[in-house]
Amino acid sequence: MTHTQKRIIINNIVMALSTLSAVIGISFLIWILSVLVINGIDALSMTIFANEGAPPGNEDGGLKHALIGQLILVTYATLFGVPLGVLAGTYLSEYGQKAKLAETIRDVSDIMMSAPSIVIGAFVYAIVVAPTGHFSGWAGSIALTIIMLPIVLRTTDDMLQLVPSTLREAAFALGAPKYKVITQVVYRGAKAGILTGILLAVARVAGETAPLLFTSFNDNFLNTDMSQPMASLTVTMYNYATSPYEDWQKLGWAAAFILSMFILTLNIIGRLFLLKRKGK
Amino acid sequence: MSNIIDKIFANSTKFIAFGILLLVAWIFTVLFEHSLESIEAFGFNFITEDKWAPNLEKFGALPAIYGSVISTFLAMVLAVPLAIGVAIFLSEIAHAKLKAPVGVSIELLAAIPSVIYGMWGLFYFVPIVRDIFGGIGISMLTAGIVLSIMILPFMAAVTRDAMNTTPDILKESAYALGGTKWDVVKDIIIPYAKAGIIGSFILALGRAIGETMAVTFVMGNVHKISTDLTEPATSIPVTLANEFAEADSGLYYSSLFELSLLLLVISFTIISIAKFYFLRRKRIGQ
Amino acid sequence: MATIVDITEEKALKVKDFEFMYAGADAPSVKKLNMPIAKHSITALIGPSGCGKTTLLRSFNRMHDLYPGNKYSGEILFKERNILNPKEDLIKLRIQIGMIFQKPTAFPMSIFDNVAYGLRLQGLKNKTELQGRVEKALQDAAIWNEVKDRLKHDANGLSGGQQQRLCIARAVAVEPEILLFDEPTSALDPISTAGIEELIVELRERVSIIIVTHNMQQAARVSDYTGFMYLGELVELGRTEEIFVTPKERLTEEYITGKFG
Repeated sequence: MTHTQKRIIINNIVMALSTLSAVIGISFLIWILSVLVINGIDALSMTIFANEGAPPGNEDGGLKHALIGQLILVTYATLFGVPLGVLAGTYLSEYGQKAKLAETIRDVSDIMMSAPSIVIGAFVYAIVVAPTGHFSGWAGSIALTIIMLPIVLRTTDDMLQLVPSTLREAAFALGAPKYKVITQVVYRGAKAGILTGILLAVARVAGETAPLLFTSFNDNFLNTDMSQPMASLTVTMYNYATSPYEDWQKLGWAAAFILSMFILTLNIIGRLFLLKRKGK
Repeated sequence: MSNIIDKIFANSTKFIAFGILLLVAWIFTVLFEHSLESIEAFGFNFITEDKWAPNLEKFGALPAIYGSVISTFLAMVLAVPLAIGVAIFLSEIAHAKLKAPVGVSIELLAAIPSVIYGMWGLFYFVPIVRDIFGGIGISMLTAGIVLSIMILPFMAAVTRDAMNTTPDILKESAYALGGTKWDVVKDIIIPYAKAGIIGSFILALGRAIGETMAVTFVMGNVHKISTDLTEPATSIPVTLANEFAEADSGLYYSSLFELSLLLLVISFTIISIAKFYFLRRKRIGQ
Repeated sequence: MATIVDITEEKALKVKDFEFMYAGADAPSVKKLNMPIAKHSITALIGPSGCGKTTLLRSFNRMHDLYPGNKYSGEILFKERNILNPKEDLIKLRIQIGMIFQKPTAFPMSIFDNVAYGLRLQGLKNKTELQGRVEKALQDAAIWNEVKDRLKHDANGLSGGQQQRLCIARAVAVEPEILLFDEPTSALDPISTAGIEELIVELRERVSIIIVTHNMQQAARVSDYTGFMYLGELVELGRTEEIFVTPKERLTEEYITGKFG
């Protein structure tokens, strides 16, 4: 056998193994998705949206409490996280630029994005739950805000930097003050990108469970009072799935399905925004 | 007037941006302060002691550290070759018509929350591990496997991105000398994208070690060091997830805070290595 | 019909009714092209951007096969066999027909390993023989004196012109019969360009050379034959001095006198 023949054989083996690993990887993922869809659709019904949690064995338990709780928690986190993140990102791109301080903030934010979210839960427990003496929706939203902040900050920074500097210069040349250049010209140029970043950040925090476990905790009934423990889809899913009751497990799958679809939809919309921007 | 608004706007953005640094410092300080009681009680023994017995007020983190290390190691051992394979498939083998849809679905799967992976693991993977390897199926091994499946999409996507930075013309040069696909991958693409690939793996490692929900379902939270991988075990995040809301004494809380601090320090270190040593160099190279 | 001069030498390649269509395109980029390539001489391909000269060049070593969906028809005869045959052994073909690219493409390895790369792919392991062939290739590429003391250094530390000569050394090391140059000096300064041109002329002794260039002076300086392509067709192939002094086709004359391009 010549060396070249040997090379071709090795090549074929490695390429086959690579294709195989792609097939393995993708079949696992298809497995997970189909489990999610089959169990999720099976468990879906109108009562899920209409009813609150019920004790196990009770046929008409629903997820209304968790859906609304989740919505409230994520909405507050978005209300805090987005403006703060966008403004901080504005500083990095428009004022700090390549300065040491800006670079440090970028690095720390990058690290924060991959830091374990459960630790954020512990931190918020220490600063909110322990002093107030009880779990609360506020604590959950604060934890999610902290997770959201670096994501919004870094995407805003990146997206603003993509705006051509000639655009800024043109606005300055007309005598506009910097804040007006930023808010009226630069933001507009980066709109699609920033929006995508926000959507992805919302999708990311919507799937967070760990930081809610001991901040917003859980409640099996509808509660809209932010100073009290509050249900979320993720924590409800965790509690129901690990319970020994079949009807609760079923509700867990319904929650998993709804949440995944929500997150995938946000991701797809975000991608479409970016595609549209590239298309221009 | 404009001048004043300009100053206010500039300073408030700076103040908020700087706030991120303060926030991180605050997190470390708070975790440290709350760990003090445990640090004073156990000192360095906290990480070498293998007994975690809340009823006796004895807290040793070794089983959780051991579990974090072993489960993450298992996950990496399983996920790294698969991720490289998937990345090679996506960047060099797949037909153009397959590249985009497969690539995008892998990226979307990376966005699925880890709690879903954990739930799937509990209901579908635990029975399989039980049938094949014996035991109750809730085990270190199951945790490692579920963790590897969870980090696979992220790893494969970033490895592919790193490989795709290799200029086409460089690859063509190697093909023009009679190289096979594998020759080009191993001699050109991997050496060229080495820093990016290793950096991505370490970043994935940093995420895996702090991952909570994918493993909490399937690990069992048993504070025991066992070399038998089919035995239930625990890890730092699993301990936190299971015990934080139930802790009932000052020392118990403090020990959990010390675990949190430990986890944060470990993750920060690993992620920083990935970022500053491997991914930063790549940035300068470009 | 194209005007094609009689080539008295042996032919390195014969292109017959060759057509090439890129994946997803609705018109061919090279149309029904016929062209002989003389052995041991330098043939330059000139023409405005998009005329198909690089596409034609990349067909000679089937580079287009790296990207799925591209379509060939017709024949390219190399040693009396049609290399467009789907069963053609591309690895062997690419060893026999080497290529130099628009930009230097030093591999991420040492200078020595770069030149030894093609030899090692063919299974050459003997250290002394490897060293001998690498040294010879580097001498052939007129870069030996500059790099002999730093063979173990990273090839990316060399200047652009040096890197391009290293790539030529890498290509000649495997002793190809034909070398394809795809605008080899477009990324280089004038001094490096002159060095590369000199080298190409010297290489003619050993290999047949086809060079794509959009620098007409370069074609005039180095080549024996020049083919002028326009809109995917070969307009004229002639001896270089004739093409530039007394072109037969009006299109050729208009192009070389700068009326369009």
